[in-house]
Amino acid sequence: MRRSKLLFVPFWATYVFLYLPIVVLVVMSFNSGRSAYTYEGFSLKWYGELAHDDRVRDGLVNTLIVAAGSTVIATVLGTLLAVGLARHSRSKLLDAIALMPAVLPDLVIAIGLLLFYGLIALTLGLYSTVLAHGLFSMSFVAAVVRTRLANADTSLEEASRDLGAGPVETFIRITLPQLAPGIVAGALLAFTLSLDEFVIAYFTIGNTEQTLPIVIYSMIRFGVTPKINALAAILLLVSFTAVIAGQRMTKIGEARAQD
Amino acid sequence: MKSEVKARPVSRWRGRRLGAFVFLSPGVTYLIVLLLVPLALVLSNTVFQRGRFGGVVYEFTTENFERLVDPLYLGVVVVSLKLAALTTLVALLIGYPTAYVIAQLPRKWKTVALVAIVLPFWTNFIIRVYAWIILLSGPGLVNSLLGTHMELLYKQGTIVAGLLYSYLPLMVLPLYSAIERLDPQLREASANLGASGFTTFRKVTLPLTVPGVLTGCLFVFVPSFGNFVIPEILGGSKSIMVGNLIRDQFLKARDWPFGATLALALIAVLIVLLLAQAWAARRA
Repeated sequence: MRRSKLLFVPFWATYVFLYLPIVVLVVMSFNSGRSAYTYEGFSLKWYGELAHDDRVRDGLVNTLIVAAGSTVIATVLGTLLAVGLARHSRSKLLDAIALMPAVLPDLVIAIGLLLFYGLIALTLGLYSTVLAHGLFSMSFVAAVVRTRLANADTSLEEASRDLGAGPVETFIRITLPQLAPGIVAGALLAFTLSLDEFVIAYFTIGNTEQTLPIVIYSMIRFGVTPKINALAAILLLVSFTAVIAGQRMTKIGEARAQD
Repeated sequence: MKSEVKARPVSRWRGRRLGAFVFLSPGVTYLIVLLLVPLALVLSNTVFQRGRFGGVVYEFTTENFERLVDPLYLGVVVVSLKLAALTTLVALLIGYPTAYVIAQLPRKWKTVALVAIVLPFWTNFIIRVYAWIILLSGPGLVNSLLGTHMELLYKQGTIVAGLLYSYLPLMVLPLYSAIERLDPQLREASANLGASGFTTFRKVTLPLTVPGVLTGCLFVFVPSFGNFVIPEILGGSKSIMVGNLIRDQFLKARDWPFGATLALALIAVLIVLLLAQAWAARRA
């Protein structure tokens, strides 16, 4: 088939468009000057300043707490839900509801939760955000684990049942080990999603605590400095590493499953 | 022996019920409490009145819906529709050729190209939007390269650029899988019968990838339409899109019922689009 050279123009334009802003941001984070816009020379001083910023440190701690808590919830509930939906239910409605948190606009989920927390008079804080992040992460974990379940060989499970094992025993001894790579990939996904999530945290965390994305958001509204660039560069590095690690893990899992 | 044969189906059936309960009840409870109840609250709040100091007074009113059709608010909805539609259109125009080229790449490069498309998507979108401030601001890179001092920020076009930047991967991926699934023999047959490259594209490739096009458009339009962070960071402080308006009703004006009504309008638009997409995909 003939490939038109002309098509490569939008192709490369897409990649330049996607990466140019990120590259400029990272370069500017090493700026020795005070301006976030004009490069004056190489320096690591903004990374140093970042280490002494209490708000950033608190934000980071909060982000990690929320991500860890919601990942535990999402991984446990999402895995059980995936197995339940794939092996013990034929309800299309339940399938759709389980996917809803991943599909609905985050703003709608956020205000719904805010109304709900208001109704039960829950004081907002880190735990209300943990519960909220657990909700949409659970959907993603369930989706990832279901994909693996669909590809898994069911004969072992059937054999286990025929030999008299109950559903729980079969799950723990047979299904869970088979699903392990999918569960790890799902957990990693849940963790990354929570680290980066802004809108829902912004509505559900209240006024006393902040996650890192909220800290960045208020820093930006205050004024732009190379300190934000340094913080952004670090977060980009963390996300990129997590995604590529997740990609590798899924591949290794797939390769193992095929053996 | 006989009793065993008889007992087994019963215990199996019980096992199934027990299994369904054990596996489904934790997640389903979570979904009911933190998803369905909150959604029901959004829905029910649209007919209640705002409290004097925020919150909700549970007295029936249609006032929220009357305010919704006020030209002031309707105008915001229209601007949001326009900006989201423009973003979707540009994403399609850039995304289609990109996905097309990726689908033709050798296998190894295909993976690299796809990961490179998704990678920025998995990082914090506030950071990615923020990067545009550095690029576009008065003394920023674009102006220094061009040697100009244009005001590039705080315009509707900047919002479109930010939305496009955030959601372009969501256009490329479904397009890629649609193009990838095409049988290359169809295009060869078209070429052998004398069709030019463009005619083949127009008469063979494009019609067969319509479902992918629709999915991509939906994936870009939906998050663009309700976004409030990008219009705020790149568009200045005015409430120019529905998302900003909803946020302001909840966190600034503390008018939760009207905020919920705006959210309902947002969901309604999305449901109409979803149905249209499903209908069009079935016809394609």
